[in-house]
Amino acid sequence: MKLMLHVSPGIVRKPIVSSVILETKALINIERAKVDAVSGEIVVDVDLDKCSEVKRAFEDRGVRVVLLENPIIKDDDECVHCGACISICPTGTFRFEGSEVVADAGRCVQCASCITACPQRALRLVLK
Amino acid sequence: MSEINERIRDGSVRVVTAEEMPYLVDELGTGGAVREVDVVTTGTFGAMCSSGLFLNTGHSDPPIKISKAWLNNVEAYGGIAAVDLFLGATQPSEDRGNEYGGAHVMEDLVSGREVELRAQGVVTDCYPRSELETTLRLDDFNQAIMVNPRNAYQRYAAATNSTERTLHTYMGTLLPRYGNVSYSGAGSLSPIPNDPDFEYIGVGTRIFLCGGQGQIIGSGTQHLPQNGFATLMVKGDLKEMNSEFLRGATFQDYGPSLYVGLGVPIPVLNEGIAKKTAVRDADIETEIVDYGVPRRARPAVRRVNYEELYSGVVDIDGSEVKTSALSSRHVARKVASALSDSIRRGEFLLTAASEPLSRVGRNSPVRQTKEFLLVGDVMSCEVVTVREEISIKEAARMIVGGTFDHLPVVSADERLIGMVTAWDISKAVASDKTSHISEMMTRKVFIASPDEPLELAARKLHHHRISALPVVDKDHRVIGMLTSDHLSRLYGRRRSP
Repeated sequence: MKLMLHVSPGIVRKPIVSSVILETKALINIERAKVDAVSGEIVVDVDLDKCSEVKRAFEDRGVRVVLLENPIIKDDDECVHCGACISICPTGTFRFEGSEVVADAGRCVQCASCITACPQRALRLVLK
Repeated sequence: MSEINERIRDGSVRVVTAEEMPYLVDELGTGGAVREVDVVTTGTFGAMCSSGLFLNTGHSDPPIKISKAWLNNVEAYGGIAAVDLFLGATQPSEDRGNEYGGAHVMEDLVSGREVELRAQGVVTDCYPRSELETTLRLDDFNQAIMVNPRNAYQRYAAATNSTERTLHTYMGTLLPRYGNVSYSGAGSLSPIPNDPDFEYIGVGTRIFLCGGQGQIIGSGTQHLPQNGFATLMVKGDLKEMNSEFLRGATFQDYGPSLYVGLGVPIPVLNEGIAKKTAVRDADIETEIVDYGVPRRARPAVRRVNYEELYSGVVDIDGSEVKTSALSSRHVARKVASALSDSIRRGEFLLTAASEPLSRVGRNSPVRQTKEFLLVGDVMSCEVVTVREEISIKEAARMIVGGTFDHLPVVSADERLIGMVTAWDISKAVASDKTSHISEMMTRKVFIASPDEPLELAARKLHHHRISALPVVDKDHRVIGMLTSDHLSRLYGRRRSP
């Protein structure tokens, strides 16, 4: 399961991810991270059985955690199944099933590369 | 052919798609296929920028001679008679930019939506009106005729990107360092590869165009069949079209384009045509070219066929690179099957061409008659280079004693490995931490080549906020230097009398 971590200004300089790993002993994979001087936005991937424990550990440290259950929506009225989204996605969210493009939304880390790559503007991130 | 049309009328016609035909020919042989199949249908659905629409709005009261016109703030050409307009698919809107353009106006009209027409006129005795604003639907126009100067390319080069930055092109998003390959075309379903010698395709051939029936009105612009790049010029009535087969699109940081659904039925008149319509994806080859080189003649990375492109992965220099299409195979199949259905229903008859398409065409570069400067024309050839072992003091002395602010650093075999500027030296002296230039030189140096257009090099300077580019030969040896001083001098000289 992928978690979106919103790290607020007061705690962004602390080694939060490391301390959560040490506490929970969960294998945490950082899929995407954008950390600047004042805040951070990190997407991590955690095994399903450790998910709620890791979520709580982050929340205990003041991080706002959003489960990325449905991170991206494809408008099937607009999609023409060209496949422009397939090769530019770093996590392999899209693939052909027959000649139709299908999305495995669970892989999406909301990097937004596909949003501008879609000529039909058929993709939208669900932001929380 | 009249026998086939007879069978279309009485409902006994036998139609297969161009994807099915190879299997039939494998099974029955070409002779058997001629006996069993009357028509092979083709189809393609992809971005076809060279598309547009002639509109006749009808006369207003008092009448106007339109000189400039906008449909939903997309400018249409008004320099044809009084109320004829031409709307180009790639024209961006004035308010929404690239996100909405001529192609989107066409999709809105086909979908039954209203569009705002705003027009300016030239006042004459016969056309006294100077302005017109109104809201129109497709039915309100006298005529709405799609005329596309260049559609249905026989094949198209696939695109990749060798540079360090993401490129946004009409071939879509191209990731850095050969990060992906983008391609277009419907492979074995494409119309022209199924009739490459124009045995059936010609002027007047009836085709499926965006859901309606259209015609081929000639070979397209840039038609180059002798090199395998034939194109079609087509026309059709927008009022018959369907938004399933006509879509406005936007290519990021490039602009709008139109997805056109186009299909040509090919009668299986003889074994030669049966053999050609049995073409497979693996038989249709194209090149993967590097869009990282911003020149007309982009270098080819490798040859590839459509079967490999469709597989989702191709090999470039030993690495697996993901491929994806801009054209839709899914809708191309729908085009071919919709065309098959209308033939089976007796609604679509085949036509003999009034003349074949030309077997030879032309796609030459433009003759450039105005001065076109290259980096080599402007750069300074007297360049002082240094080795990385020298001290900062020595480097500082060379800059003070010379007429330059940049020192290219080279290896023992004279290849460029870094660069030091007067600013780098000041910084090093101020911090007092480094003593040799190897510790402080910039190792990632942007370079220019002598045959690069000056405009592109100038853009590189501006884009990376740097003031000099070492000019290197193909062995990466420094042969000159181009600085922002060269550009300002050039500009100053041109402007002065």
